[in-house]
Amino acid sequence: MATPEPAAAIQPPPPTDPEFPLPPILQHPSAVGLAELITQGAEGRLYRTSWLTPTRLCALKHRPSKPYRHPTLDARLTRHRILSEARILQKCRREGVAVPALYGIDESQGVLSMEWVPGRPVRVEVNEFLRRRAEKYPHSDGGRGKEEVTRDEEGAAPLLGLMRRVGEAVGKLHKAGIVHGDLTTSNMMVRPWEKDKGPVNGHQADEEDYSLEGEIVIIDFGLASQGSADEDRAVDLYVLERAFGSTHPRAEALFTVVLEAYKDTFKAAPVVLKKLEDVRMRGRKRSMLG
Amino acid sequence: MAPLYALGCEGSANKLGIGVISHDPETNKTKILSNIRHTFVSPPGTGFLPKDTAAHHRAHFVSVAREALRAAKLSSPKDLSCICYTRGPGMGAPSRASPSRRAPCHIEMGRVITGADNPVVLYVSGGNTQVIAYAEQRYRIFGETLDIAVGNCIDRFARTLAIPNDPFPGYNVEQLAKKAFFKADGTTKREPILLDLPYAVKGMDCSFSGILGAADLLAAQMRKQDAILAGGGETVFAMLVEITERAMAHVGSKQVLVVGGVGCNERLQEMMGLMARDRGGSVYATDERFCIDNGIMIGLAGLLAWETGFRTPFEDSTCTQRFRTDEVHIKWRTD
Repeated sequence: MATPEPAAAIQPPPPTDPEFPLPPILQHPSAVGLAELITQGAEGRLYRTSWLTPTRLCALKHRPSKPYRHPTLDARLTRHRILSEARILQKCRREGVAVPALYGIDESQGVLSMEWVPGRPVRVEVNEFLRRRAEKYPHSDGGRGKEEVTRDEEGAAPLLGLMRRVGEAVGKLHKAGIVHGDLTTSNMMVRPWEKDKGPVNGHQADEEDYSLEGEIVIIDFGLASQGSADEDRAVDLYVLERAFGSTHPRAEALFTVVLEAYKDTFKAAPVVLKKLEDVRMRGRKRSMLG
Repeated sequence: MAPLYALGCEGSANKLGIGVISHDPETNKTKILSNIRHTFVSPPGTGFLPKDTAAHHRAHFVSVAREALRAAKLSSPKDLSCICYTRGPGMGAPSRASPSRRAPCHIEMGRVITGADNPVVLYVSGGNTQVIAYAEQRYRIFGETLDIAVGNCIDRFARTLAIPNDPFPGYNVEQLAKKAFFKADGTTKREPILLDLPYAVKGMDCSFSGILGAADLLAAQMRKQDAILAGGGETVFAMLVEITERAMAHVGSKQVLVVGGVGCNERLQEMMGLMARDRGGSVYATDERFCIDNGIMIGLAGLLAWETGFRTPFEDSTCTQRFRTDEVHIKWRTD
């Protein structure tokens, strides 16, 4: 019992090649060379492909089987999750929430294909805006570019508009009875307005702030669920608030704009915002001991 | 500077563990000099009650401590720089009979034993189920159980089946479950039958009470204990591996460290290894001597804190049942 033995009790296996095979559908001869891996999450991988038609880009989400899981459990979970994500996308579409259109699913192979959303994530656009702002007000100008953006600052209007649209999009999503589960600025795209469908207020986007103009499209419903619990909705908002705070600290003060727009869009918002205060007090998790 | 010696005492659950550890601040070398443990074993079908456990710890404390000192071959107890004890969390009554915090202790121990550098940590024991990663001088909890701990789930189910508590229920459960991975001849491998249990993962959190309830119902219908234990293990461990994988993807880490009593389970380690391999990483695990509550892990974390100037006068030494992993300031890590 008392033998001192500082050696590793169990040797870790040697690391192997982290390259992954393509989903079967993209291994088909007609699809060779058409896929590009965009991101790899914990669960799935996202490819940009044109396997459907040469002119139509689509996003293909593949949930590969997990070798560590019991095969029956693995098949059951993959199927369940693909179907649930597809149902949620359809529901959003029906309720008028801007999400990628669903093209097709193969739940036995763990593949879901949907519309490719052009544009860049909100995270990138906001950071780009803040970077330009910092350039516009160089250090000599009292270091204004490094300070937090305020509401009535000159030139902040496009950013405020974007935040408003983010709030509206989340409000609509919750109104449709969907909780996203992983609401961050990376999971929202800014899709540039189509040519003839300019912004309704007639505001003409100029070269300088063009990037912030566009429709907010919420993506990645991998952790989403259908539900109307105020607690879950509040956690959604809290996660978004934290994501704003950590990725764009200089725009954090403007998060109230998001909440205001949320309130204007979603009737049950006051209850959710009240709940949000509780969630802020204790953090995302219910207070737990141990 | 000569190496520092610490006596670590852990007794916040049913194990009384005392060990002596040395750490050389110059070379950052850690040496385990002794690691003695005495476990309070309650009869099959029952759990350990605070009152009986405290009596056990009081009765055995002196003899275990003497043995630890003797095994460490220290010339006199005066060589010890500090005495470290578990401040919490755990049961109040037993703790008092022996200030560190258990989770960081388990993690520091795991890092020393396995040489893992900055892993995502899955801490699974009778009182905790947490996925932890280090950031800015704290161990941050990324995911955890929303109700009971996984070890508690296993222990309670073992009580339903009246599986003996000696040496500890998880071990006996594992040995029984292993049988279900082989055909009747005892050598041919096969997949165990999957049971219809809820799979409760929500983001990086999970829940076990529903599984316990469903397993209790199944236990009333099924006769083969090995099948039900193995089938349950497949579901429970898949959940743990999944939340760990999500945390790894989130922080971009490729190493996993499994600590805590449930971390001894070889099937869990195997599944974790398969997952880590697919991510191009590796898993680090220790065995029963270090996974389960022990004195040296307390001694190590206490000693590291002592070196950074942490002191508690004897009259201020208290304990608490509530103490969260992310409350502890990890002063000794600078990365």
